Amino acid sequence: MTQTPVTDSAVNPQVAAAPVAVDVPMMRLHVKILRFNPETDKKAHWVTYDMEAQPGDRMVDVLNEIKWYKETGLAFRRSCQHGICGSDAMLINGRNRLACKTLVRDVAKDGGTVTVEPIRGLKVEKDLLVDMEPFFDAYRAIMPYFIHPTPFPAKEQYQSEANAEKMAHSSNCILCACCTTSCPIFWVNGSYIGPAALVQAHRFIFDTRDEAKQQRLGVVNQNTGVWRCRTAYNCTEACPRGIPITQLIEEVKREVMFGQS
Amino acid sequence: MHHRYDVIVVGAGGAGLMSALYAAKGGVSVACISKLYPTRSHTGAAQGGIGAALGNIQEDHWEWHMFDTVKGGDYLTDQDAAEVFSKDIIDVVYELEHMGLPFSRTPEGKIAQRKFGGHTRDFGKAAVERSCYAKDRTGHMILQTLYQQNVKEGTLFFNEFHVTDLLIENGRCTGVVAYELSTGELHTFHAKAVILAAGGYGRVFKITSNALTLTGDLMSIYYRKGLPLEDMEFYQFHPTGLAKLGILVTEGIRGEGGILRNSNLERFMERYAPSIKDLAPRDIVARSMTTEIREGRGVGKDKDAIYIDLTHLPREVIEGKLAEITDLARTYLGQDPVKDLVMVQPTAHYAMGGIPTDLNGLCLSDGNGGSIEGLYAAGEQACVSLHGANRLGTNSLGDLVVFGRRAGKYAAEYARQVEFGDLPDDPEADSRQEFERLRTSNGKENAAGIRKDLQETMMKNVGIFRNGKDMAYQVEYIKELKARYANVAVADPSRKYNSELIEALETGFLLDCAEAMASSAVNRTESRGAHDREDFHSRDDVNWLKHTMAYKDLNNPGNVIIGYKPVALKGFTRSFEPKPRVY
Repeated sequence: MTQTPVTDSAVNPQVAAAPVAVDVPMMRLHVKILRFNPETDKKAHWVTYDMEAQPGDRMVDVLNEIKWYKETGLAFRRSCQHGICGSDAMLINGRNRLACKTLVRDVAKDGGTVTVEPIRGLKVEKDLLVDMEPFFDAYRAIMPYFIHPTPFPAKEQYQSEANAEKMAHSSNCILCACCTTSCPIFWVNGSYIGPAALVQAHRFIFDTRDEAKQQRLGVVNQNTGVWRCRTAYNCTEACPRGIPITQLIEEVKREVMFGQS
Repeated sequence: MHHRYDVIVVGAGGAGLMSALYAAKGGVSVACISKLYPTRSHTGAAQGGIGAALGNIQEDHWEWHMFDTVKGGDYLTDQDAAEVFSKDIIDVVYELEHMGLPFSRTPEGKIAQRKFGGHTRDFGKAAVERSCYAKDRTGHMILQTLYQQNVKEGTLFFNEFHVTDLLIENGRCTGVVAYELSTGELHTFHAKAVILAAGGYGRVFKITSNALTLTGDLMSIYYRKGLPLEDMEFYQFHPTGLAKLGILVTEGIRGEGGILRNSNLERFMERYAPSIKDLAPRDIVARSMTTEIREGRGVGKDKDAIYIDLTHLPREVIEGKLAEITDLARTYLGQDPVKDLVMVQPTAHYAMGGIPTDLNGLCLSDGNGGSIEGLYAAGEQACVSLHGANRLGTNSLGDLVVFGRRAGKYAAEYARQVEFGDLPDDPEADSRQEFERLRTSNGKENAAGIRKDLQETMMKNVGIFRNGKDMAYQVEYIKELKARYANVAVADPSRKYNSELIEALETGFLLDCAEAMASSAVNRTESRGAHDREDFHSRDDVNWLKHTMAYKDLNNPGNVIIGYKPVALKGFTRSFEPKPRVY
């Protein structure tokens, strides 16, 4: 490396420039997709597409390549392609993930096979696309909005940094449904509101500005609520945002037991 | 199917959700139509913050914010819009906090604020902390909070409905036509007022921070009616997109102290903007980076990227206040901002231009004060014009909520005063015809292939540095692409969830946006803000201190008629004379 004139004193001498990527060979991979067309199919069936991809490509890039140039009828949701919109949750190699946050090299070897299926526990509408309405019903059930009947100050309400930080994890949720559709309790009992709704409940229960905590604790204490959780940790493992979901659910449980008046 | 609501909102991002709330407060029936699920909109991808002169860290005033906005826009900003904005945004930020938005906080518990490009104190003296933030996911929090409030108010949503036509009869908008993705059916939404808030068209470029779904649908539909698009030549390239991917890396990294470095590890922004360096506005930083790359000081395999250096910042700042971009850099580049230099390059980010509106969001039909009754627009797809020739960082989120709120309020006020207008005999006719053409065409063209060719050539010919020759070529090339588009065939015959059909339609929308953009750009023979011409290097206030209005020539396909609109050089109480723009 030729890094002679370092003109700025703020340069950290310990820092090496990032490694310069060399040309990486394309990988070959078999993408095995569980497909279902409600207009022509009685049941879902596997179709394999032989593709080439760079190791650093996202799985959503591979699916787009299939859709744009090979099998234009393939249906899946996607939008932002970098893990913030929550559209492309799917089961990749048997694990719930966002296709846009999954790199090819992490799920396949050269010449290997990747399986792609719709997330479980919600009705498959077409290919990888499921009916999200029950998921949003559960979300709406926990009153996912700030409640504050007391008049506000002219400016902002003050909140300590520590109290704001209590919402750091729960407010990070993008409603992608990776957690809820990985939960074995949700698979067998769809009336369980599921981890995503409980994360949203946590966000408001632990917001020191909110004034409806008791009402919220009442909702999650119902038999479709927090006590259904058997701490399988699937949700935590599935979350593409790294939210410690099981821990948040435990905090909600403790709040129901000790924080209810 | 036929529906009837007083107010229809198209789009469920920040502007759509804010206008839906305010329309509902106006006591009228409201429905919101989105081609996505709620919370999937691209407002959620905004990271760094929302600028407002709260003065929580050091002294600040709305006048300073107004000045920075006008200067940042290279004096093409309408100053009445900038004044309304700089005042209103203070109130709206407090309102968002009262809706429960989880802002980051100062040690004393106020909304935290940080520095951002082009935001200064005392009319340009030094950088000021004006960007109110929630870590580096401010847009996500705004989107979630506004959706939550709409759930609370019981707003009716039509999810995954694609608007395909605007119904405009005798200068009045009477509704929209939409395609329901899950069934393939067309729906007519009869309305007293319609608010357009459907976002930008970044997918016209190859490297972009924009979602795949940002295809300028409503701009194109408006333009196809022979109505104008304003200032389409002004398109912002964000300096820091992740190399090759274009994924946004917030300007907040420079606000927190991040430094751009070239292959010599030199802090090159000292040469281009001596006073505020890395915190210069985006057009200047993106051009400086591109100049470094062109002169051989780029980094990476193709020497087409630049380093952003955060390694001198404490780990807690990087992983705390910049958690989102830390995750993105680690995930996609395998580079850890705590110890590695991260490779970035400019990425197509934001349309300053769009559907012209007045300060209340009312859509304008020409440059002389004409308007479309009952039709409102806000957000990126609208042009009020707050951003002029170059938008300041954080002013996009501000634009959504300030002008979304105004559009909602005034649309409801209008809807309360009028009866429903008449619909055409067969409102869905044009949409049906276009879908049938795409379904039954025996052409051989693939929409994805056309889109790819468009994106690559727009990047090359109407990108950061422009010249007359390349742009004139692009104008002609778009005509070729449009001829190819006439032969697009959709292979998938299914009715339910036919996303191929939708992507083909969206490609047609992108071609229109590109046409208006390239024609407006080649016509403007000066350099101003984000529009930088190698063959006309200076700003020319004598001839070009005016907005472009691009009209599709309905009698002569492929031809664009260019008109103009004066810039509002006076605010209501403050005005700033155009001056050379140095930082």
